[in-house]
Amino acid sequence: MTTENGWRQRYEPVIGLEIHVQLSTRTKMFCGCELSFGEQPNLHTCPICLAHPGSLPVTNEQAVRYALQIALALDCEIAPRSIFHRKNYFYPDNPKAYQISQYDIPLATAGRLGDVRIHRVHLEEDAAKLVHVSASGRIHGSGSSLVDFNRGGTPLVEIVTEPDLDDPATAREWLQLLRTTIKQIGVSDVNMEEGSLRCDANVSLRPVGADALGVKAELKNMNSFRFLERGINAELERQAALLDAEEQVEQETLHFDPRSGELTPLRSKEYAHDYRYFPEPDLVPLAPTEAMLSEARESLPELPASRRERYLAELELADKQATQLAFDADLGAYFEAALAAADGTTPKVIANWVTGELVASLREAKADDADPASSRVSPDALAKLAGMVERKEISTGAARRVLATLVAEGGDPTRIVEREGLGQLDDSGELEAIVARAVESDPEAAARVRDGNMKAIGPLVGFVMRETKGRADGGEVTRLIRERLGLG
Amino acid sequence: MASPTTSELLELTAAGALRRIDEGELPADEVFDAYAEVAAAEELNAYLWRAEPGTRPTPPSADESEQLRGLPVAVKDLFCTEGIKTTAGSRILEGYRPPYTATAVRRLSQAGARVLGKTNMDEFAMGSSNENSAYGPVLNPWDRARVPGGSSGGSAAAVAGRLAPWAIGTDTGGSIRQPASLCGIVGLKPTYGAISRYGMVAFASSLDQCGPLTRDVTDAALLLRAMEGRDPLDSTSVGIDGGVELPSREDLGGLRVGVARDFSHHAEGVEPGVAETFERSLATIEQLGGSIEEIELPHAEHGISAYYVLAPAEASANLARYDGVRYGLRVDGVADLVAMYERTRARGFGLEVKRRIMLGTYALSSGYYEAYYGSAQKVRTLIARDFERAFERCDLVVTPTSPSVAFELGARTADPLAMYLSDYFTVPMSLAGIPAISIPAGLAEPPGGGTPLPVGLQLAAPAFAESRLLDAAHALELAIDFQERPA
Ligand SMILES: [Zn+2]
Repeated sequence: MTTENGWRQRYEPVIGLEIHVQLSTRTKMFCGCELSFGEQPNLHTCPICLAHPGSLPVTNEQAVRYALQIALALDCEIAPRSIFHRKNYFYPDNPKAYQISQYDIPLATAGRLGDVRIHRVHLEEDAAKLVHVSASGRIHGSGSSLVDFNRGGTPLVEIVTEPDLDDPATAREWLQLLRTTIKQIGVSDVNMEEGSLRCDANVSLRPVGADALGVKAELKNMNSFRFLERGINAELERQAALLDAEEQVEQETLHFDPRSGELTPLRSKEYAHDYRYFPEPDLVPLAPTEAMLSEARESLPELPASRRERYLAELELADKQATQLAFDADLGAYFEAALAAADGTTPKVIANWVTGELVASLREAKADDADPASSRVSPDALAKLAGMVERKEISTGAARRVLATLVAEGGDPTRIVEREGLGQLDDSGELEAIVARAVESDPEAAARVRDGNMKAIGPLVGFVMRETKGRADGGEVTRLIRERLGLG
Repeated sequence: MASPTTSELLELTAAGALRRIDEGELPADEVFDAYAEVAAAEELNAYLWRAEPGTRPTPPSADESEQLRGLPVAVKDLFCTEGIKTTAGSRILEGYRPPYTATAVRRLSQAGARVLGKTNMDEFAMGSSNENSAYGPVLNPWDRARVPGGSSGGSAAAVAGRLAPWAIGTDTGGSIRQPASLCGIVGLKPTYGAISRYGMVAFASSLDQCGPLTRDVTDAALLLRAMEGRDPLDSTSVGIDGGVELPSREDLGGLRVGVARDFSHHAEGVEPGVAETFERSLATIEQLGGSIEEIELPHAEHGISAYYVLAPAEASANLARYDGVRYGLRVDGVADLVAMYERTRARGFGLEVKRRIMLGTYALSSGYYEAYYGSAQKVRTLIARDFERAFERCDLVVTPTSPSVAFELGARTADPLAMYLSDYFTVPMSLAGIPAISIPAGLAEPPGGGTPLPVGLQLAAPAFAESRLLDAAHALELAIDFQERPA
């Protein structure tokens, strides 16, 4: 971990993030072409998104609504009248040779999510996708390049944070929180691998205790949470080494290569632009009406931060568990569904089963990142199972076996319990007989327990569990053994 | 009445032809065929594309709303027409066939008009003489040694030269009104937002506006009525509230007509013939019962300066899409992408277009933006306010349309500033976004003597007061009774 590194005593990281979120609207930002992913190239194009002469952009109202929802979820101030600008630069992924974006008057400013302040939120259009026919996958040195305009014009929301992060791991966690928040609203797939969530980081170091910011580098292309953390770490190391050697950090844009984990500066032609911003004369200002604002506000679902509060206060979940369920959108949705299906089961018991046993057995069954929603275990079944345990209808051990069956084949836990005879042994006569056999079969252990060595009870309990196929309740078994040995 | 001879037919206004068609005196197709014949044989270089004689496009439908009865209309080559080559007067769009049709043209078709041809123009509408076309200059039908004005010079020459009954053009700083003036016809620039810009190749988006070039004011109203309206494809279009009434007024009783002496007299090089004609028009206004009000437009004289920052700035972005990647000209066989961009644009654009791209790029550059673009926007706002104040005291503003009559080919090509001043009187209305019309006010000898040439009178009205503007222009048109025709 970098926290162990010496430079941490001398320098303090200052990290800000710049996030691009592709909105999952039906159509593109400024034309009627449908959004698509992974389709045949240049299928979803029209005179507008191909920048034919005379074509004009028209703002997608759904994109504005989605962006407003994001801005409100981030607690931003919405500009009563924001405007679009043209950002001019030549590149084949940019057919108009300008991107319609927002500049000095963005859609929203001054927000907050968790501990991080939001500088601004604005709307813009995505570039087309370039495929460079070269080993590096970059335009320089490539023999030819192909352009796919399907992605060109996809609505993007850009979110810029204040430089409030001071640690790569925290940056990663915060980005996950942002992802969950946006996923919860349902306005984007926020998938980093597919590019519907992209994150650049502005990274600098300053002497501990200093107020002034150091020279920052902009890191691009960190297309997973892991890469974001690794990229920032690598850059912090690089800057610390420069500063230790009393060299200057240069303001530059660096490209993160996930394969080598290395950062390479982008050629000046790829980023050194005078964008010649000016107000887009083809569009009228964006002035959200009171009705649009209240509609956006009302359509916001419960967001991670307030969900966490509710889990703590009302459901009395543990802090870590509340955070996990509130900040992991998939798991949270699953938990909510299980809660809804539960019939009087304590929420905490369900939470334990979701965050503990379920996550563990899904991991075991598949790779990591298993999404409970797509598993065979329905929230309904899990709630039922947790209820049976809480009511001591089955033992914890038996419940684990039921869960394994559920993960493998799905189904109804009640049926599985019946079918496999896993019901709790409530006929204490039968259990007492098995306990008696256990004590007889291992007189040595029985003697040690009788002498007060409680650790020796393990083999005896194990015997009972084996005999009962785990149906017996562990506490009850221990009680009966002690009673049998005269320790009751 | 018997059906007219071809030469009689070509003299008819569009409204006149419609009346005869409705009365059964003139088969509708005959009008299209007659114009297709003369357009095919034209010598003014007014057209860049013509419908083949005998291959009349079928009218879109036969419903009764089709009030234009299959009449031909000439369309400036700045409007995209599906499947028909559209060059914007530029080499860079050579061979380009748009996949769609501009809203204004589509509306004309829906009203029953048929595209007769695409007219020549200054490249990307940048010019006041039509000498900036990559396809050669258009000649003025009054004197073929002279320019027709620009940038809608092909449309103006076609209408004046009886090669089209009427035409549409675009006006960014005077590109309809000035050629209309130089060719002795009517040219209307509607309020910004009256007609959709969708499919009109952009020059300066905040100024470009489509409008009619016609033989008389009634025809201008007819075309405006067919084209105006809100278009969901153009966010800046709003249409004209209440629509367009055909003009009927024959006097100017009760109308206050503003004259800004200061503005008119600050113009350098207003030719004596133009000034005299203007004074005569003022007298006519008074004879018609209008009152002349002295008004001030204190910032209007700075219009040209502001215009030549704002329009090139917008153009520099609008023309950046011509990069050789997706359509039009591409210079291949170069080392890399940047070289392809550079060579394509170097070969594809003409001198004036390059000049304006440079001007605009400079004006928007970091460090210069406030001084140029920012200041120009302020001047624009001040000019708009000048007109608002003026319209508190008067109903219309009048000026000469152009400081000069048609000048000789080549006379101003070496002096861009002299050329830019051709739009001295028309640019302020464009910056203010208000409607303005040029009507023929008489003939005047050019400064060096010679055959008298047309002089235009410009009338301007508050935004969306097109009906008032057309009514006043109609009354003046009747009184002036301009009957002269090019030889
Ligand atoms: Zn499209």
